[in-house]
Amino acid sequence: MNKDIKVENVRLVDGISSKKAALGTLYLTATHVIFVENAPDTRKETWILHSQISTIEKQATTATGCPLLVRCKNFQLLQLVIPQERDCHDVYISLLRLARPVKYEELYCFSFNPKLDREEREQGWMLIDLSEEYKRMGLPNNYWQLSDVNRDYRVCDSYPTQLYVPKSATAHIIVGSSKFRSRRRFPALSYYYKDNHVSICRSSQPLSGFSARCLEDEQMLQAIRKASPGSDFIYVVDTRPKLNAMANRAAGKGYENEDNYSNIKFQFIGIENIHVMRNSLQKMLEVCELKSPSMSDFLWGLENSGWLRHIKAIMDAGIFIAKAVSEEGASVLVHCSDGWDRTAQACSVAGLLLDPHYRTLKGFMVLIEKDWISFGHKFNHRYGNLDGDPREISPVIDQFIECVWQLMEQFPCAFEFNERFLIHIQHHIYSCQFGNFLCNSQKERQELKIQERTYSLWAHLWKNRGDYLNPLFRDDPSQTQGTLHLPTMPCNFMYKFWSGMYNRFEKGLQPRQSVTDYLMAVKEETQQLEEELEALEERLERIQKVQLNRTQVKSKQSEPSKHSGFSTSDNSTANTPQDYSGNMKSFPSRSPSQGDEDSALILTQDNLKSSDPDLSANSDQESGVEDLSCRSPSGGECVPGEDSGKDRDSDEAVFLTA
Amino acid sequence: MEFSELIRTGQAQAELLRGPEMPPLRGTLCVTGHHLLLSPGPQATPDLWLLLLRSVDSIEKRVAGDAGTITLRCKDLRVLQLDIEGVEATLDIARSIEALSSLESVITSFPFFYRPKGLRLGESWHFHPPERYYKRVARETRAWRLSEANEDFSLCPSYPRAVIVPRTVDDDALARSARFRQGGRFPVLSYYHAPSGTVLLRSSQPLTGPQKRRCAEDEELLQAVLAGARPGARGFIVDTRSAQAAKQARMTGGGTEAKSAYPGWKRLHRPLERGRPLQESFVHLVEACGDLEQSMDRWLSRLDGCHWLSHVKAALSTACLAAQGMEWEGACILVHGAEGTDSTLLVTSLAQLILDPLSRTMAGFQELIEREWIQAGHPFQLRCAHSAFSHTRPKHEAPIFLLFLDCVWQLGRQFPLSLEFGEGMLLALFDHSYASPFGTFLCNSEKERCLCEVRTRTHSLWSGLNQPKEQRKLRNPLYAPNPLAIWPSVEPQSLRLWQGLFLRWTHPPEPSEVAWEKVWQIATDQEKTEGSQPTDSASEPQP
Repeated sequence: MNKDIKVENVRLVDGISSKKAALGTLYLTATHVIFVENAPDTRKETWILHSQISTIEKQATTATGCPLLVRCKNFQLLQLVIPQERDCHDVYISLLRLARPVKYEELYCFSFNPKLDREEREQGWMLIDLSEEYKRMGLPNNYWQLSDVNRDYRVCDSYPTQLYVPKSATAHIIVGSSKFRSRRRFPALSYYYKDNHVSICRSSQPLSGFSARCLEDEQMLQAIRKASPGSDFIYVVDTRPKLNAMANRAAGKGYENEDNYSNIKFQFIGIENIHVMRNSLQKMLEVCELKSPSMSDFLWGLENSGWLRHIKAIMDAGIFIAKAVSEEGASVLVHCSDGWDRTAQACSVAGLLLDPHYRTLKGFMVLIEKDWISFGHKFNHRYGNLDGDPREISPVIDQFIECVWQLMEQFPCAFEFNERFLIHIQHHIYSCQFGNFLCNSQKERQELKIQERTYSLWAHLWKNRGDYLNPLFRDDPSQTQGTLHLPTMPCNFMYKFWSGMYNRFEKGLQPRQSVTDYLMAVKEETQQLEEELEALEERLERIQKVQLNRTQVKSKQSEPSKHSGFSTSDNSTANTPQDYSGNMKSFPSRSPSQGDEDSALILTQDNLKSSDPDLSANSDQESGVEDLSCRSPSGGECVPGEDSGKDRDSDEAVFLTA
Repeated sequence: MEFSELIRTGQAQAELLRGPEMPPLRGTLCVTGHHLLLSPGPQATPDLWLLLLRSVDSIEKRVAGDAGTITLRCKDLRVLQLDIEGVEATLDIARSIEALSSLESVITSFPFFYRPKGLRLGESWHFHPPERYYKRVARETRAWRLSEANEDFSLCPSYPRAVIVPRTVDDDALARSARFRQGGRFPVLSYYHAPSGTVLLRSSQPLTGPQKRRCAEDEELLQAVLAGARPGARGFIVDTRSAQAAKQARMTGGGTEAKSAYPGWKRLHRPLERGRPLQESFVHLVEACGDLEQSMDRWLSRLDGCHWLSHVKAALSTACLAAQGMEWEGACILVHGAEGTDSTLLVTSLAQLILDPLSRTMAGFQELIEREWIQAGHPFQLRCAHSAFSHTRPKHEAPIFLLFLDCVWQLGRQFPLSLEFGEGMLLALFDHSYASPFGTFLCNSEKERCLCEVRTRTHSLWSGLNQPKEQRKLRNPLYAPNPLAIWPSVEPQSLRLWQGLFLRWTHPPEPSEVAWEKVWQIATDQEKTEGSQPTDSASEPQP
């Protein structure tokens, strides 16, 4: 393969609203597209991981060269204008190949080396431990036990080996039930709600067709019900639209017949399938790419994409389950078709609503590890890490991440982490820089020896946790314990467009100042001051003792002046914007202190971060004209406004070219 | 007039429902000249519930059996329901509220009777905004003077007594220019932008009419503006109507500045919605926000159908354009539409917030509103006579001031550290502009306020808001002075529905209130730490 292509005099247009093109040199390495600006004072570098590239589009040649439009999975949009047609073609062909690796070994995580020793790497993988998590839930107990039925993935190859099932469910029942479920994904425990002794279980659809029954499957559901002695029925939640579920019956699949299962209540929720979701995202991204859209263009486009409607459907599923568990005290079995997409969404949203632990930094990692990674969400297929069937790709976990954001907007004090945490997780699901999200199942990951050959994202995020804290988080038990209660009635207004994610590389569209960063800085400073205060008080006490001993008061004058000097200088740092930005720079966790060998990481991290609008410290200086609509006077090439041109007496053009 | 004539019944037993998240209140209902009172008895908390009758926007009554229900829709968008014992009592109370809430007389309104503890009449420092502002301008430039040509409101009934005009233009010329402008609103200084030495002016449309009349003094006035700025300075006239509408205005005697008559000045048209369409936009939005049956599928198109956010976008864009003309092009800007009392003020006041750091302070913002809205003659009494619930067809109502507040809220969302006041301040201003115990938003102009002696017989809203106990609600604890211009994004992705206002009473406010408390706590923790120096706490060593 033709590695390390280098093309000079390439123009880079970064983003949709950007009007300026930067001139520089383009490099293609084995893992990254790198663009280095010519401007000698900055030499700004833009790094794009190949695995982030979603589509590459060759556009019509212009006078300046051949444009390539590169869309990324983290919603970055780049236009590269390459002077020579031939170079452009080379870059295009190489990128097509590089963006679609065929072997896992080609992915970045196998070459990424943060210079941690073996022990550190192993510890990193041990940070999130699911057996600890089940213990936290109160398992095993009298009704639930750890089953080894799936040892060596003998029953279901997309399930983990460690599973909790009702004690009364014998291996015979489990195996029988698994034969009656798509891909043998039998009902297993996802979450145990200690307070009411009820469970959320998950599975795939039953192979019921029009009339088929399975005694063991019926016994399995009964076992789940009996494992919660307080409740006399369980909910079976099919997260699909009813029509889809019925269509599946013709293929010998389908849903549970309430007549065949004793004491179940059956419920459809209506989350659309991965194909609908993929198209919906596509449509929404088209709206995001509109240049200077009117309010109507935007709102209509957003509505027609259906995106927020789908987000609401997922939230509705989570809310339904959470209510059943916490308010009705009933266990719930959740499934969709294969039980690895919508089921994962619904279970994890429900968990987030029910359990404050999942709203903490570590708890959120556990939640993703449990409901997504261990239960065989097909990361490789859904996020196109390896070249594969494009019809398998769908933003399933992106939607879950957005649900979390929507909840954060509603409950600003309920989450320990901030928006940046979500954005960085989304980034790394696609980046393949860490091994966590590789492959389609635990079995595959084990075969690839992921833990021995790659690093864990969780350890990396945990190490930098200072960046991801929400200063408004209330960790006092009375506030964070328990279920998040969403308003029942007007929920429409709740769902907002997440420009921080989908327009995240359009700096100009984001709020220019970050409350989160400011408050974190203030908090940190307060803590520092308190520590200094303590130290000074101690010192003062000592001095006073000395003074008392000597019965002298002569140092009285010098001492206070020292203090007031300290205090005024610190006051000024806290209160003027210049010093505030200085503060931001000295934020310890923000300057990665890894070695030089690690420059790849630092650079990608820097790119990632500098693209976060809330991290640019002196944003005001740079906020300016380019952020206004294209009608802004200084944007020379812009089209005039609506009612110019017609009236000759009006002077639109003059102002515009001024 | 005696209020007692309008009060049909003294009292009745009633239950009050205040929204989904609030417990109902039972007690004795009572109508007074200015208030609706509910007294739930001595043990209850609160022991008295009070509603200013003036804040009732519409009233709906229903009777069934021997009880009745009155639904009050308030100007602050609250919806209250009163279940009253007795059919007669219900009807009488409804009639009383109807009569008392629609009284038009200014001097019998509540502000003339409101005498709160701790405040003294005349205690407010916004009596002479033009004069105060002139002092600021005079420190920077000699090109402007304070004219008292309008001392008796004869030149322009909607201007204050004193206005700031080019030094080289005398009062006679002002008088002639005033005759050439609708309502006598000749071009006056709105804001002096010291960093670029340019100015923002406002006026009403020129009365060119179908004959394309001209006025030498008016032309000289604008010439003098350019001459006073800096050599070679250019001017832009931002007309808040479309070119078409401006042209049409000639048929009714109005019009716009002809290019040939005003050398150095270029004209731009930025149509902004006003009047009835704006009022309807407001009504539709409030309706949509109150519709609990609305499905997610059609919510965004319904939001779009209200056009409110489009108006926000247009207003901010135009203000940014004016501000950019000054800051980046070094040009002087004259803003006007037709009357120059609505969208004109919207643009000039927003442009100042963008450019002028002082106007983003608590005191500066109050002064801005006083100078650019109240004294500049925005007809509050006409525009805010009814809010979004009124059944009567709007005559002069238009939520221009609310649109301004919404734009300020959007600025605050994009620059959360740059405004000294918070959302609470904007909500308070919205509430008080529609119904208030204070006199600040009474009447339509300075002239009317003088006739009614508003400034000596009522309390100023500012003295009310500036009491220490109000600060935690109104101030932004994150404020850090920002000496730069704040350029907002006006892209649709960056503009949001102002939930804090439009969903204030239907959405549980709890999470956001908790968040606000937490922000305050973090901010004040720091102040405390900084304030407590060891020397304060340590007593002097005893010899």
